Amino acid sequence: MPTEPRTITSLATLLSTGDVSVAAVVDRCLDVIAKRDPAINAFITVMADEARQAARDADAEIAAGRYRGPLHGIPISIKDLFDVRGTSTTAASRVRQNHRADADAPTIERLRAAGAIIVGKTNLHEFALGTTNEESAFGPVHHPLDPNRSPGGSSGGSAASVLADMAYASLGTDTGGSIRIPSAVCGLVGLKPAFRDITTRGCVPLSSSLDHVGPICRSVADARLLYEALCDAPPAIDTPREGNPPVEGLRLGVMREYFTALLDPQVGSAFESACSRLSDAGAILEDVTIAHAGDIGPVYLHIALSEAAAFHAKALESRGEDYTPTVRQRLEMGRYILAEDYVRALRGRDVLRHEVNAAIEGRDALLLPTVPVPATRLGATTMRVGTNEESVRNITLRLTQLFNITGHPAITIPCGQTVEGLPIGAQLVGPRTNTRALLDVAEALEPYLGPGVSR
Amino acid sequence: MTIKTWLDVASVDAERRGLVAVKPLLEALARATATLRTADWNFDATGEFDGPALAAGTDAD
Repeated sequence: MPTEPRTITSLATLLSTGDVSVAAVVDRCLDVIAKRDPAINAFITVMADEARQAARDADAEIAAGRYRGPLHGIPISIKDLFDVRGTSTTAASRVRQNHRADADAPTIERLRAAGAIIVGKTNLHEFALGTTNEESAFGPVHHPLDPNRSPGGSSGGSAASVLADMAYASLGTDTGGSIRIPSAVCGLVGLKPAFRDITTRGCVPLSSSLDHVGPICRSVADARLLYEALCDAPPAIDTPREGNPPVEGLRLGVMREYFTALLDPQVGSAFESACSRLSDAGAILEDVTIAHAGDIGPVYLHIALSEAAAFHAKALESRGEDYTPTVRQRLEMGRYILAEDYVRALRGRDVLRHEVNAAIEGRDALLLPTVPVPATRLGATTMRVGTNEESVRNITLRLTQLFNITGHPAITIPCGQTVEGLPIGAQLVGPRTNTRALLDVAEALEPYLGPGVSR
Repeated sequence: MTIKTWLDVASVDAERRGLVAVKPLLEALARATATLRTADWNFDATGEFDGPALAAGTDAD
């Protein structure tokens, strides 16, 4: 009996040949949800009946020789920000308790067209405005490896559902790190593609110039499959993929100073060990810096909160008490940002984008840790990092939000774990408009970065 | 509007609206705004203190 496949690519081989039925796979995922989700709370809506019917349809199609491709029959969960017809898009908020989606978001249509099976809508930090998934009208999500810890956020339910084997992948969003943060602290792969590679239509926005859509899954190969199914621009037919570059000779810019100044010692150690493994494999690592890295936080704050406040202003006036308190307070804070300071932040964005472009010039990717700390404890608003007491929000966003500002594609890959078994992630950043080039580099480096928890 | 004036006005307004819990967030925002306003890349209409030059065309992509 072969080992239970945990990646889409390995499961797809078995489904395409009929060795395993879609119905059996979906039933197993739904069983795990029934058994484990009461403790984890990854899901807001479980679509068991629809998933079982879709599984029967998929099995019939595959048996009839109409296999659609590697996503056919794969159970996938969806962050509850995306419209899925016939369900509420709650955004984990009582504010949206009367909403019902009449139609699928375009990304959901694409997943269905590829034959993916939607098992349910996952829990998130309310309106995606947070990194711990604690503020939710449906209660916090608990890390599958330690129920006293957060799985990260805002796509915490998505990451928890994949780590706990409730789904083979999840569709998430990332405005400051909300795919990459939970993926890193859950030992998964999370991709934030280049800005506008994947449409955000049909998804509740947080900050329209920072929002990105992407997958959370168990391997770079799986991330690539999902990216190709979801993205707006398929690869040119006449330029077939040449395969991953050899690791030997790959040039990586290791982001230092601001990006390694404030790290949990175990995260720092795991990251340096990963760098050593890449060097030993023949990659060429060079230190790079971003001159205005100290401005990242203020630039992000003024763009994200202004845009979020504009979207929420009407609801804050009429339904303010339906928001969770912390999210409401942050949105209200955003309403006080002056227009001139928002415009200043846009100028700062141009400067940072220019500096990241310069750092990656002549290199294949940039490399840095994904999150400075392992999964944080539920209920903590601050934590000690070295000699500093840091806000959990600020420390978890520290290394991811730059690439939402600049729009460069970024992916997190497991690179180790703490002595307590908590996952640690390394982040690769690619050229501004070339997510596929990033995926090629990431897939080449993945075996050298570390086993993580998911393997 | 100076940051101090802005913070005073915003704090009074937040209190008037019953949002006392927002006041410490406004103080944190004021610190972030100060960083933004003193950054060396801010435009200067006099042309004497232009910040980091971007590539020709000024589209940073």
